[in-house]
Amino acid sequence: MEELITLDKVCLTYHTKESETPVLSDISFTVGKGELMGLVGPSGCGKTTILSLISGIIKPTTGSVFTAGQPPEKCDISGYMLQKDELLPWRTNMGNILLGAEIKKLDKQKIREKAMRLLEKYDLAGVEKHYPSQLSGGMRQRVALIRTLVLAPQIILLDEPFSALDFQTRLQVVGDVYNMLREEGMTAVFVTHDINEAISMCDRVAVLSSKPCRIKKIVSVEALNALPPSKRRLKSEFLELYDEILTTMQSDTE
Amino acid sequence: MNYSKEHIRYLKRLRGKKAGITAGRIAVVVVFFGLWEALTALGALDSFITSSPSRMAVKLAELFSTGNLLYHMGITLAETVLSFLLATGMGMLIAVLLWWFETARKILEPHLVILNALPKIALGPVIIIWVGAGTASIIVMALLISLIITIINTLQGFLSVDEGKLRLFKTMKAGKLQTLTKLVLPASIPNLIAILKVNVGLCWVGTIMGEYLVSKAGLGYLIIYGGTVFDLDIVMTATVVLCVLAAIMYYLVLAAEKLIRRKFKFDA
Repeated sequence: MEELITLDKVCLTYHTKESETPVLSDISFTVGKGELMGLVGPSGCGKTTILSLISGIIKPTTGSVFTAGQPPEKCDISGYMLQKDELLPWRTNMGNILLGAEIKKLDKQKIREKAMRLLEKYDLAGVEKHYPSQLSGGMRQRVALIRTLVLAPQIILLDEPFSALDFQTRLQVVGDVYNMLREEGMTAVFVTHDINEAISMCDRVAVLSSKPCRIKKIVSVEALNALPPSKRRLKSEFLELYDEILTTMQSDTE
Repeated sequence: MNYSKEHIRYLKRLRGKKAGITAGRIAVVVVFFGLWEALTALGALDSFITSSPSRMAVKLAELFSTGNLLYHMGITLAETVLSFLLATGMGMLIAVLLWWFETARKILEPHLVILNALPKIALGPVIIIWVGAGTASIIVMALLISLIITIINTLQGFLSVDEGKLRLFKTMKAGKLQTLTKLVLPASIPNLIAILKVNVGLCWVGTIMGEYLVSKAGLGYLIIYGGTVFDLDIVMTATVVLCVLAAIMYYLVLAAEKLIRRKFKFDA
């Protein structure tokens, strides 16, 4: 499999007036093209920081990050999906979807056509003229994903995108997003503190320690790879993986 | 539309309540002026000191017929509107600059706070000497009173834009200008409207205060003049006219708010 994301011995230290805090310590992993990689770990352990590194918003203190073989700040190939949908209430849904195109000064007409196709495909036809406040939480999150997808990223970074949704909507949206990512052939890094979600969406799951963040173990979800999230939950392997990840998270030693 | 009986009753009650409140509001004004008139007519209040609604009406007609009132109203209104536009425009421009240049903002922040705390009327003599005893001084006075607070409040709004949305713009690699025009400014609209409302009031204060200091015309001048010659009818009449003008301007801003909120989908 072609490697799209490579982190090699990445360390990162935050400096504040009071102290310097090591956030990431010796993080190395690769994500292949079309793979869904999960990162689970306790809240505040530095998961989001890893996404910021991959997207090129920040640089590592030592070590190196590559996306498609280049430093991420030089190649703009990743799209972000945040915890909340962050749709702007004063723009229509289409206006929101086109936000990235406006910022990156892309051909708006082309993006608009693409957006219409995606809206149609994911049961959102007709909402483009409406405002985000008129949509349900799940629909808003799908519009947010389309806003990311229309920019044709090769990598999608998901930062706990479901944690603001209620339980039922969440199951639904996890399935929807999984399908959208698979159908568009996306490579994704998915950050969550919910082990269930990680197992139901990802091909591999990296278990992270609390600060400074290290990779304790990378667990393969190979046994369930062929199944969609709703089916994965019904398999006995699901529980075994759950137990393996939980035990790893709780263990203090390597 | 087909409503159930209960719903119709509910709507009726709602309308009744609203009508009651409107009637109550009007009643407050009527009772206030009625009592004033009655107490002066009965001699409980000395109308030489307090004037009275009927004497004010006579004075109003007199001032109106000589064309004096419209002239003074026009002057004060023009000064207020001009200082309102200047204060709002300059205040927002300066706030944008301070948002843009973080270091400048940090340097100037404490000075702004101190300037804001200063009673601006204390600068009256200085303004007269520097700017001259004319309309310019009045505008400068009104500006001083409203500009600093406009800058502080606008900047506050700019800086409290939602972290998540800022992060979204960062992930899209948006530049500073794009973040300003596509996020910070539109997100600040409710705050900007609130500032407009405050500014209307402050600019009236500033203008009248300026007129007290230097003017030869305007409602503030009329009030001071009336006070000096002990003609309370002029003082009270001018004050009531002032109230009405300020109310009209406030309601205009309110109407603008409704329009803007609807356009930008901010729920009132």
